[in-house]
Amino acid sequence: MLSYLIRRVWQMIPTLAGVILLVFFLFKYFGGDPAEIIAGMAATPQQIASIRTQLGLDRPVAQQLWIFVTQIFSFDWGKSWATNEPIANLFASRLPATLTIMVPILILEVTLAIVAGVAVAYVRGSLTDRIIMVLTTLALSISFLVYIVVGQYLFGFLLGWFPVQGWSNSAWKNLALYAPLPVFLAVLVSLAPQTRLYRSFILDEIGQDYVRTARAKGVSEHSILFKHVLRNAMIPILTNVATQLPGVFVGSFLIEVFFSIPGLGREVLLAVNRSDYPVIQAATVYLASLTMAINLVTDVLYKLVDPRVTLK
Amino acid sequence: MSEPITPELPRSPSVWAQAWQRLKVDRVGMASLAVTLLFIALVLLAQAGWVAGDWQREVATPFAPPHFVGRIADGSESAQVETPAGPNVDLSAVDPLALRYREWEQRAAQFQTSVTAKSDTLLFGADRMGRNVLSKAIKGAQVSIAVGLVSALVATLIGTVLGALGGYFGGRLGDLLEWVYNVFTAIPYILLVFALAAVLKSGPLAGTLGNGIWSVVIILSAVGWTGIYRLVRAEYIKHRNREYVRAAEAIGASHMARMFTHILPNISHVVLVQLSLHVVSFIKSEVILSFLGLGVPVDMVSWGTMLSEAQVELVLGKWWQLVAATGFMATFVTAFALLTDAMRDALDPKLR
Repeated sequence: MLSYLIRRVWQMIPTLAGVILLVFFLFKYFGGDPAEIIAGMAATPQQIASIRTQLGLDRPVAQQLWIFVTQIFSFDWGKSWATNEPIANLFASRLPATLTIMVPILILEVTLAIVAGVAVAYVRGSLTDRIIMVLTTLALSISFLVYIVVGQYLFGFLLGWFPVQGWSNSAWKNLALYAPLPVFLAVLVSLAPQTRLYRSFILDEIGQDYVRTARAKGVSEHSILFKHVLRNAMIPILTNVATQLPGVFVGSFLIEVFFSIPGLGREVLLAVNRSDYPVIQAATVYLASLTMAINLVTDVLYKLVDPRVTLK
Repeated sequence: MSEPITPELPRSPSVWAQAWQRLKVDRVGMASLAVTLLFIALVLLAQAGWVAGDWQREVATPFAPPHFVGRIADGSESAQVETPAGPNVDLSAVDPLALRYREWEQRAAQFQTSVTAKSDTLLFGADRMGRNVLSKAIKGAQVSIAVGLVSALVATLIGTVLGALGGYFGGRLGDLLEWVYNVFTAIPYILLVFALAAVLKSGPLAGTLGNGIWSVVIILSAVGWTGIYRLVRAEYIKHRNREYVRAAEAIGASHMARMFTHILPNISHVVLVQLSLHVVSFIKSEVILSFLGLGVPVDMVSWGTMLSEAQVELVLGKWWQLVAATGFMATFVTAFALLTDAMRDALDPKLR
């Protein structure tokens, strides 16, 4: 187990190095000139030159890469180009808002989708099943944007059940007042694809031999579904949840933009519009590392869920 | 004079012909194929300029509603200009420029002024500037579908070539490609999109790419090739030691020939299904990118820009642009998704 962990962490190094190189060279050779972006339109050549020295842009590429790497590992990215806010500070203050929205979304989504998936799989082949499948196909074909635009208009503006948008400093007020509508809409949108997916996971298990054996010895259909099938179907379901976990930190940027929630996703999008490169670079590198770490934890969790899995 | 020694055997139908036979009896598949072809025809006609070429013309009063809603009752839409009755007050006695009145009249007479009648209602209504929503939806279909198709083609091309190289050769090259794949998939999808969008927006490429459509294509295909690479690579690993590939090697086929003329046709159904899955997801992504202002430029229309205009209009109670854009998009996406399902079933009968 320990040797497995060490090897996996060891294998992460080249990938992380690749991410760092990709981000560095992408912005270095395909991005705009940082000095000109910071200095703005009406900059004198002296100003641009002094910013260049300050950022180390006049040094060789290898040295610049080294500066970039030290920034990553010292967690010191300096300040945002657009707002002059320290970047570490920026992330720390934006993450809570994202989590306030995303954690309830994830919990509700997984619970409801499992219930719906089991229910639809239970009545598989029936007219209800087919109608739900057609409805989910239709629901999937409508853009996420439309759900938010219409939902915000209908529930926030027209019916006035929720505030149209807003955010406060108190976490409880946010959860009780501002989060429900965005959470509801996000769960509504993701329910269709998730239900389809979980239904297919359960149907895969229902075709297995052990289900036939259980039927042959007279176990009721009900207890086959809940005791045998659902337990085994939890493995692909957990995989799917694990793949969504990194997304919890990026947040649903669309939701954040529409509801003016000061979260990470919206911050990165703002940074794109302002050409605020350090914010984008920091978000990309750190969230990529986080994704790798979460993947490792997921693989270890498999071992706990499924004894057949051997960690090699 | 030389009779063939073996009697002519009946030709067995090709894989594609068999798939077509199976698709033909699938009613849902055929219906979705018809809808898809209709949209493709619209896209081609719009590209040629025969349909919706005048989407920028203001053909109706602002926010003219659809026909069945009827014209707005409060009369606020009547943009008639009140022409003063009787001649203007004669100022020629005091006006120092009075000498030039005649000259001005002559000059003014040289220009033809014409009054265009603007309609009060349109089939799908009009937007804020009085542009026909139907034309916009068709023009938007052209842009959105073209972007979706082209970026899916590019992503599939990249994914297939890299997957073929990695799967067929393995070894050092395979490891290198696996590393690239791991790097691309380690970065959360949306952050990679944002990073590329930031770079293309302000970088040196921003000038050369011209309009924003190509940057959307670059972003989507640079991010989207990974899934196809993975599947194609797995197929090549499965196929590379099969007997028919060995036989091809024995008759002296080169590596390239074995990869692309022997193995590729055998896995082309996987590639085709992936291509068509990506078209749908890329159209959805294009709509979101354009909505956020990272996609097509403001002087063009796509379903995404229509939705972003519609967001503001909805608060004013003008819902028709939202409905038109959503309806067009949902119809195409549903038809294309059902066609993909039907195609998958037709190409791979063992799957069911």
